[in-house]
Amino acid sequence: MLAIFKRELKSYFYSPIGYIFVGFFLLLSGYFFATGNLMSGIADMKMVFGNLSIVFLFLVPILTMRLISEEKKSKTDQLLLTSPVSLTGVVIGKYLAAVAVFLISLLITGVYPIILYIFSSPSLGEILAGYLGFFLMGSAFIAIGLFISSMTENQVISAVASFGVLLLLWLIDMIVPFIQNPFIARAIEWLSILRRFQDFTLGILSLSPIVYYVSFSVAFVFLTVRVLEKRRWS
Amino acid sequence: MIEIKDLTKSYGENIAVDNINFTVEKGEILGFLGPNGAGKSTTMNIITGYIPSTEGSVKVAGYDILEQPSEVKKRIGYLPEQPPLYMDMTVKDYLHFVYEIKKVSQNRKTHISDVMEMVEIGDVQKRLIKNLSKGYKQRVGLAQALLGNPEVLILDEPTVGLDPKQIIEIRNVIKDLGKDHTIILSSHILPEVNAICGRVIIINNGKIAAIDTPENLSKTLTNESKLVVRVAGEESHVIKALKDLTGIKYVEAQGQKEPDSIDYIIEAEANIDIRKPLFYAMSKHGYPILMLKSLDLTLEDIFLQLTMEEEAM
Repeated sequence: MLAIFKRELKSYFYSPIGYIFVGFFLLLSGYFFATGNLMSGIADMKMVFGNLSIVFLFLVPILTMRLISEEKKSKTDQLLLTSPVSLTGVVIGKYLAAVAVFLISLLITGVYPIILYIFSSPSLGEILAGYLGFFLMGSAFIAIGLFISSMTENQVISAVASFGVLLLLWLIDMIVPFIQNPFIARAIEWLSILRRFQDFTLGILSLSPIVYYVSFSVAFVFLTVRVLEKRRWS
Repeated sequence: MIEIKDLTKSYGENIAVDNINFTVEKGEILGFLGPNGAGKSTTMNIITGYIPSTEGSVKVAGYDILEQPSEVKKRIGYLPEQPPLYMDMTVKDYLHFVYEIKKVSQNRKTHISDVMEMVEIGDVQKRLIKNLSKGYKQRVGLAQALLGNPEVLILDEPTVGLDPKQIIEIRNVIKDLGKDHTIILSSHILPEVNAICGRVIIINNGKIAAIDTPENLSKTLTNESKLVVRVAGEESHVIKALKDLTGIKYVEAQGQKEPDSIDYIIEAEANIDIRKPLFYAMSKHGYPILMLKSLDLTLEDIFLQLTMEEEAM
């Protein structure tokens, strides 16, 4: 699993994909930080996280589109599946590599709060909670991308489908006010990945959204393993 | 070492491998011969645990592939039809990665450089795999299979895409490995299997058509002596002259391949060398022989022969 993780992480930076992801992530977060904090003189990062969480929907497919589809296409899955490593190990290694690239970009944005601290006194708890929430939500998005990548050999299909699914998860919030049946409305609300994130940016740290995001990620990683397992047997 | 029992693999209605049984002894080099789509690669993929079988069992060193897959996988080095290479890695990085996922116990640096030396890829170790030629890619694939010095090697068409010099080199490497490894190798080149393997399985339509040593197989095939002969002269006259020869069983005109001459395939009775009488007869009639050679039996001919024999029974 460690070997898979290391190889996958390196391969992000052997190819332009890693640089494109990190570059655009930093460009966009820098833009939101400059407009939302520096230019408007606001010391809390709520705006940055809010905007970034939407933009991140577009960036996730870059990170996940080739994770498993590429392996199938270049037949390197033959090497992995005939080695004494478990399928679960392979999938987790790949997932963690994508999460690691995300984490690296997120850590670089750590300079923004430092800049804020130099000129002002923002609430530390609020910012840390925001970062934690963003990381957990992003990891859940990546798990969805990983799952979709396991279902096709084609990177373009994988990217477009991941983007579509993530976009739908975002748009799902907008339909809630129009639904009369309170039970269905609640069910849809429960599915909303982004709504839980808003609590974090307000500095509210409760267990339930953390459990939600972690179990969301675990579920999709598990489903990916099942998809691959099933494909071998069919 | 390898025990295959009642192995069947079907994809819906399509049966890729149909009830195959065979065993491979320790230290044996077994050749797998068959045309495309015969089930060679499928069988190999099942033995290595890449895909599960529909029915039947595969045991390697006493371990069942479905029950103790990691014990089996540890003991097998596999070179699939298309080498499983990561194009964006260097040769050295790639081998280090394979070393890690295979949980190899030998000393890392010396073992990897030993393997690189064995297949002669030391001089390209710092290059990206995508920039290598097909022959080098194939060798990197072979190096990957050799890492960890597994007891069993399964090589799917290991010499495909190599130039003649490299083919001979790789064959020698395989022969050397055969001294202390059990090897299954597939090919559709008959002389290759002849040169390397101690025993041959001919597989067709997912079924085993024959298992024997290469010597025995070619013995059963060479008791017919078919010749190709190119003769200048009027076709009907030449055919008549050929048919008049004693010992000729069969004559077939193949059409014109060179101006003013016709090619014929002739078959003589067993144990008769027809070449001298043929020469004198043609010279007597004034039809010059432009070419005379024995008809090489291709793998396809063996198949035709084996399948026709089966149908006759």
